[in-house]
Amino acid sequence: MKLFPIMGGIHPDYRKELASEKAIVPMPIPATLYLPLQQHMGAPGITTVEPGTEVKKGQVLARGQGLVSAPVHAPTSGRIAAITEMMAPHPSGLPTMTIILDSDGKDEWGDLPAAIADPFAASAQEIRDRVAVSGIVGLGGATFPSAVKLGLGNQHKLEILVLNGAECEPYLCCDDRVMREHADEVVDGARIMAHALGAPQIIIAVEDNKPQAITALTQAASAFTNVTVASVPVQYPMGAERHLTQALTGRETPARKLTADVGVVVHNVATARAVHQAVRFGRPLLSRVVTVSGGAVAEPKNVEVLLGTRVAELLAFCGGLSKDSRRIISGGPMMGQPLPSLDVPVVKGTSGILALTKAETKENATQPCIRCGSCVSYCPCGLVPVEMAAFIRSEKLEEAAKIGVQDCVSCGSCSYICPSHIPLVHYFNYAKGRIAALDRERRKADQTKALVSAHNARLERAAQAKREAAARAKAQSENPDAGRVNA
Amino acid sequence: MSIVVDKSGPFTHGSNNVQKTMFTVLAALTPATLFNLWLFGWPAIFLFLVTMLSCVGCEALCMRMRGDSPERALSDGSVLITGWLLALSLPPWAPWWVAAIASIFAVLLAKHAFGGLGQNVFNPAMIGRVVVLVSFPVQMTAFVPSKPLFSAAAPSFAESLHVTFGRGVSLDGISAASQLGFIKTELARGIPVNQSLAHLPSLSELMLGFHPGSMGETAVPLILLGGLFLMWRKIISWHIPVAMLGTLFVLGTIFSTMDPGRHATGMFHLLSGASFLGAFFIATDYVTSPVSKSGQLAFGIGIGLLTWIIRTYAGYPEGVAFAVLLMNALTPILDQHFRPRVFGRTRQGAPLPLKGDK
Repeated sequence: MKLFPIMGGIHPDYRKELASEKAIVPMPIPATLYLPLQQHMGAPGITTVEPGTEVKKGQVLARGQGLVSAPVHAPTSGRIAAITEMMAPHPSGLPTMTIILDSDGKDEWGDLPAAIADPFAASAQEIRDRVAVSGIVGLGGATFPSAVKLGLGNQHKLEILVLNGAECEPYLCCDDRVMREHADEVVDGARIMAHALGAPQIIIAVEDNKPQAITALTQAASAFTNVTVASVPVQYPMGAERHLTQALTGRETPARKLTADVGVVVHNVATARAVHQAVRFGRPLLSRVVTVSGGAVAEPKNVEVLLGTRVAELLAFCGGLSKDSRRIISGGPMMGQPLPSLDVPVVKGTSGILALTKAETKENATQPCIRCGSCVSYCPCGLVPVEMAAFIRSEKLEEAAKIGVQDCVSCGSCSYICPSHIPLVHYFNYAKGRIAALDRERRKADQTKALVSAHNARLERAAQAKREAAARAKAQSENPDAGRVNA
Repeated sequence: MSIVVDKSGPFTHGSNNVQKTMFTVLAALTPATLFNLWLFGWPAIFLFLVTMLSCVGCEALCMRMRGDSPERALSDGSVLITGWLLALSLPPWAPWWVAAIASIFAVLLAKHAFGGLGQNVFNPAMIGRVVVLVSFPVQMTAFVPSKPLFSAAAPSFAESLHVTFGRGVSLDGISAASQLGFIKTELARGIPVNQSLAHLPSLSELMLGFHPGSMGETAVPLILLGGLFLMWRKIISWHIPVAMLGTLFVLGTIFSTMDPGRHATGMFHLLSGASFLGAFFIATDYVTSPVSKSGQLAFGIGIGLLTWIIRTYAGYPEGVAFAVLLMNALTPILDQHFRPRVFGRTRQGAPLPLKGDK
């Protein structure tokens, strides 16, 4: 397949070999599961159970609300112990509403929606509804509700569904294992999604450091003429949606548009497998494959983990941590987030739990920028990180925005390559957050202003009406006949 | 076990750092430097040491004044490059005080007055060189023919001490002009360039470095070797050297073809003076050159053009240092005008049009 070059990017130390040859193992059911109502982009779910409720496996615990949301299901049978605020699996460590489920150890299934016998005869809406009620979100880490993304065919003419199996983050190999071990389910899920999207063509993109996955998928896809498996070069961040789209089709997604605007929708391979299970068997999203790896993990593994499992228990299942653990990361080392504690749960977006040693993080004191320009050469978005950082350091956020800080995808290539160890992405994330907050404030101020001026206009109109009424009354009293004529 | 949440990712890093970068540059300079120290003997070695020590001393002083530990002065290695390049840009038999004054201006004025590492607008080594060139033209243009160490012509250790540290050693008997200086003086006497060129060593001899000049102006092959090494290590890219040397060569070739009596050839321009040292080691200084590749091309072309103009029309025979400094001044402007195109946007910064859009 003809591929197109993407600009910039790096070749980090991948260290996938720590876990890539470890087959997926299921983890025993923990005694207690912690299920945040918000495990996805959008509005948090609304609980449909009370403390004390006995629940079956697969039962809805919280339903989605609004257009962009997702439900939460019981990963096993048991009893709701509490619904309370607990620390979120987020660097802030802020509390988030969480359902605590005590497992009864029976793992009894509840009633599930019926399997859709022939998904290709079903309507697109039916597929989307099934995906929505199954709580499926983008499992690559973005956690955008998949049903919403499957609705893109309504407003856009789509040509290609790209299944993202690039897995360009170092260490992570959960997608690799899913593709190797469940290639048929991935391909079937992809075909169902393409059907829902109305996209005639499917490309499954895998970085060429995963030859077994490519072989397995090629085999699984051989029966379907519209499914192609593309081996893309190893180049971080190949798995970024827009960059992958460009590498496969040569189409460059305009700024502030979606890949759907150029006829392409990108979904993760694990998401496709979840769609397969939801459509073919009615099974909601209850678990996911997590790569547990890093130099400080005794036995790196790929684990099928129930959502809500505490990270500490998952790490214990992998032999525990060694003393030289320096950082605990959820996701990959490039774009993942540091965890505030080991007492947070695995959620839908947790693709990896990494415990990295100091030798792996290669942290170093920040030195002055020597303007080497590496960040400019390696930026896959064509930005000038050195200049943006200089603006942000002096709080000139508008200047930074003018030269594109909001177009930064936070891939981390610049920070990775910086010889002065300047945490560039940290600056950009700060700026993006501040700019968004300022925008919100400005909108709020504008809204207030609009309300106030509307209020004033209303008062003015009322006063005007009063004045006119008074004038009319006066005119009538002076000339009583005039009114009568009009009447 | 420690839980650290203090910054955004990435939580891994390439193996590069500032020290490694700086010491790679020094390694790349080493072969040419050793060759030149051998070529010009003990006085050159003394001068090299004086320059390095003065620069390091100035750096340590500045670090102390800003309340930083002076040991850190050496740790990033940047001052070693400044001192090294400055030494290479001086006539090898110059007296010690020329080197000391140049070092003070380079490190105190050009670097630390602007805020230290990464903050300087102008290349410190070139500021040092230009200050002494303008102030002490006699000492700065007294070049000696090469007298390789341990050869019969070489001065003894004691004589050499006298050359560098003594008072008023007259170089009248032995000094010679550099080739660029020679053709300039001859031209002023009315002798066409193509005739005076005949009195100079052949191009191949020029290339090998057995001719009068500053230390870094000789040994072109070794400088080139160092430059290619830096490119291989991805410390520098081809953009600045190729743009600068290419411009110099093209201008030299065109004008010497049109008027061989007035203009030196392109090859002569490349192989004489500090063209190669400038292209690979001075113009490519990170701090004072543009950060984008397109900016670097413009920067290199500018240096090539200015070097050629200064050499051809100005009072000074050699123009690399001036050209580099002039283009340094333009770097912030080049940085503003030569940004890469942002993904998904036009060069002007608007989102790319969609198919079907107007």
